[in-house]
Amino acid sequence: MIKKMMVTFKLNGKSTDVVVEPRELLIHTLREKCLHTGPHIGCDSSHCGACTVDVDGMSVKSCTMLTVQADGSELLTIEGFAQGGELHALQEGFMQEHGLQCGFCTPGMITRAYRLLKENPDPTEAEIRYWMAGNLCRCTGYQNIVKAVQYAARKLRGEPVQTSYPLMETTTH
Amino acid sequence: MDATIDSKAVPSNEERLAKLEGMGCSRKRYEDPRFIQGKGNYVDDIKMPNMLVGVMVRSPYAHARIKSIDTSKALAHPGVYAVLTADDLKPLKLHWMPTLAGDVQAVLADGKVVFQNQEVAFVVAEDRYIAADAAELVEVEYEPLAVLVDPLKAMAPDAPTVRDDIKDKDVGAHGARKHPNHIFTWDIGDKDKTDRAFDNAEVTVKQDMIYQRVHPCPLETCGCVASFDKIRGDLLVYITSQAPHVVRTVVGMLSSIPESKIRIISPDIGGGFGNKVGIYPGYVCAIVAAIVLGRPVKWIESRTENLTTTAFARDYHMTGELAADKDGKIKALRVHVTADHGAFDACADPSKWPAGMFHVVTGSYDIPNAFVSVDGIYTNKCPGGVSYRCSFRVTEAVYLIERMVDVLAQKLGIDKAEIRFRNFLRKDQFPYQTALGLEYDSGDYEPALRKGLAALDYPALRAEQAARRADPDAATLMGIGICTFTEIVGAGPSKMCDILGIGMFDSCEIRVHPDGSAIARMGTISQGQGHQTTYAQIIASVAGIPASLITVEEGDTATAPYGLGTYGSRSTPVAGAAIARASHKIREKARKIAAHLLEVSPDDVEFDLDRFVVKGAPDQAKSIKEVAWAAYNNVPEGMEMGLEAVDYYDPPNFTFPFGTYICVVDVDRYSGETKIRRFYALDDCGTRINPMIIEGQIHGGLTEGFAVAMGQQLTYDDAGNVLGGTLMDYFLPTSMETPHWETDFTVTPSPHHPIGAKGVAESPHVGSIPCFTAAMVDAFAHLGVTHMNMPHNSFRVWQQSHALNLDQR
Ligand code: FES
Ligand code: FES
Repeated sequence: MIKKMMVTFKLNGKSTDVVVEPRELLIHTLREKCLHTGPHIGCDSSHCGACTVDVDGMSVKSCTMLTVQADGSELLTIEGFAQGGELHALQEGFMQEHGLQCGFCTPGMITRAYRLLKENPDPTEAEIRYWMAGNLCRCTGYQNIVKAVQYAARKLRGEPVQTSYPLMETTTH
Repeated sequence: MDATIDSKAVPSNEERLAKLEGMGCSRKRYEDPRFIQGKGNYVDDIKMPNMLVGVMVRSPYAHARIKSIDTSKALAHPGVYAVLTADDLKPLKLHWMPTLAGDVQAVLADGKVVFQNQEVAFVVAEDRYIAADAAELVEVEYEPLAVLVDPLKAMAPDAPTVRDDIKDKDVGAHGARKHPNHIFTWDIGDKDKTDRAFDNAEVTVKQDMIYQRVHPCPLETCGCVASFDKIRGDLLVYITSQAPHVVRTVVGMLSSIPESKIRIISPDIGGGFGNKVGIYPGYVCAIVAAIVLGRPVKWIESRTENLTTTAFARDYHMTGELAADKDGKIKALRVHVTADHGAFDACADPSKWPAGMFHVVTGSYDIPNAFVSVDGIYTNKCPGGVSYRCSFRVTEAVYLIERMVDVLAQKLGIDKAEIRFRNFLRKDQFPYQTALGLEYDSGDYEPALRKGLAALDYPALRAEQAARRADPDAATLMGIGICTFTEIVGAGPSKMCDILGIGMFDSCEIRVHPDGSAIARMGTISQGQGHQTTYAQIIASVAGIPASLITVEEGDTATAPYGLGTYGSRSTPVAGAAIARASHKIREKARKIAAHLLEVSPDDVEFDLDRFVVKGAPDQAKSIKEVAWAAYNNVPEGMEMGLEAVDYYDPPNFTFPFGTYICVVDVDRYSGETKIRRFYALDDCGTRINPMIIEGQIHGGLTEGFAVAMGQQLTYDDAGNVLGGTLMDYFLPTSMETPHWETDFTVTPSPHHPIGAKGVAESPHVGSIPCFTAAMVDAFAHLGVTHMNMPHNSFRVWQQSHALNLDQR
């Protein structure tokens, strides 16, 4: 029997205690013990970024980190984004710019983009592509993810925002 | 309620259309709020009380006899509940299962293993960590056997036999077998006529090409949660499936539980791309374990398991030949393919067509004679051969014909665009009967190519390329690729296509509630395609119910009507038609009720966006909402109460979307590095339901096409070891490599589809791959190169450069 350990962290602002084996990965604790199933598992090799969460102000692939390492940390997962029924600008951006299809990568994408915009509120397309390169998406081809991040960046800077997909199409071919 | 509507109070058409959010509008996705808040419900998110977790023990060898399996240590490990082997499944007759292609597949290896990572034992334990620990304790003794990896050597007399279980059978599911490693020979077309056309041709060309083995690799791996209620005898399975009803039928066949007691739920699915059509041993083992143990069992694949054991795609070794006259007019096409299907023929193809719809290989061209033959072969590789983001081998077919047309153009010195114009089917030739027996519904190829050439200023690009070629010091080579593809989707007419004997129709059931809102249930299942959004748009346009008031449900066999599922871009062409027709039935009944309320004959009432109006008296009208209420309290005499409709749609034909793609690449001749300078994709998918969603799917398909053409390959060494079964080695493009996409469209509706829609999501994949190859080859074409096999990664491109001495300064 492996000795278990008690770990305490702040999860989306709420103090949380969990008992885990020292070898347990943070992603498993979040999903299976804390029932935060927003972060997903897409690979075995820390490549896909579907499990990305924010740990003490850094983007972390939570399949790469042991839960015991998160003791005393502040964690932000996708579940912590919408506040008081209001979507976060990034959530709105992904929806308005069609930045998702199957939605499996989306929680990790939004969490990663959140850290990007915290550190660089006005990124260029090249910067967005560079910063998001640790998060794989198999459905969207990234183009609309880039637009979603730009939309959120504008909104967070207090600039007017507009979807590139107005409901009614005006172009005729 | 007032019997009439005040005409002044009726909002304008624009306002009503906007409220309906019907076809043609970029309605925001109904699915998104749950996904962007982490509230999706994927299979791995399912948690049941008392749930156990299963893990597979897999073979390290590609081909070996199993001398013994000792499970005692694993069973003794605390927290382990069961370890299943083939011997445990035998008494249940579950150690082998039927595949969707008429073959059988070992659920757990029976006596020998035939590919690396094949399922050997299934360990069920309290949690995933214990299960993984215990899996290490299962002791299997193997005796390695000679391995067959090259399908071209499979028919040699001394080739190792992959399938001992059927080695003496000289007839398989698709006819005669010529060798223990032979699965089928399938051919189509008129061989003699084609041969004659070749004998008499002014020009012929021939090219070998390999379509490498790749993997669809959706971001979510496969998995399931099975649970069995011993008292009621009910089996409930949550599963990552693109075809839940077919899964129910197969589970019923295997378990002898009646289908009425089996409930399959495909909840949110994290991408499918063909990978999630088949039935995998993990599903069967989880179900058996759940029944045996009386506790829910979850099995979720790891990424390595996904890449190395669940349905790969392609692996076609092809030879194409064209016969033509000196002006480039094509007279005949001849094709031979050796198809590597791995150790079990487990692809999902319509039963009658072992090579799927490969016979769309005559493409967009008027080719009078054609003959195609395909040999399916067993090797010691993972089973599969699924249609990855395409309908049953269309990708391979389009690749072949587009390559061959380029090869011919090159031989004759005709421009690639020009040779296409000379061979295109003309608009007035549709419906067109191809030499291989298909009837194309509609198409208009020439304007599409003209539009593309104009958008990129093709003459200027060619001039730039000529200047670049003339400069011996130019460090970059420039290539221009053109692909003018015709797709075949919407499988399919049940007279031509079935899976396991079930016709490939699809279905829709709509119920309108008294308040005018509605629920639609479907036989398909979205894996990200946004069905809940677009299906509601079809109903909105046809029946006048605002899309925001329509709930679309799918993926639950307990509530949805039987349907064949979502793959091969069949949702819109088949299920979309079922929705349109069910909506139309609703509208017709509603019209009769409206006439009754308005006290006129039904013939005098016409449908107008969202209401029913007396002809010639626009102020005499009933809204669909009023009619819905009346359907439950005031219907014409003799009419059944309620407002609902069901439709099982069996399409009369496939649909044939098409497109023109143009790609410009810059290749560094010293390093082989390639930059996609431009990629233009014009798609014609007929009627467009949601332009935003269409564009999104095109971006996604192009990106997957980019991955296949430029970097993906599942490689095996001579011992059958998979080289690179993780995302470390298997190329999935990130936002950094992925090019910028330019999209465009024309609209040529399908004449036989109720709303003219043809389906789109796989076109960008099918069309882009040959386009990338064409551009890469074009970069070297002036030096006599006619073809380069994919993937065009830097190393391989550099090899080409090196062979031509271009990498020397
Ligand atoms: S699951 Fe963590 S990076 Fe893929
Ligand atoms: S939306 Fe499916 S993986 Fe990104």
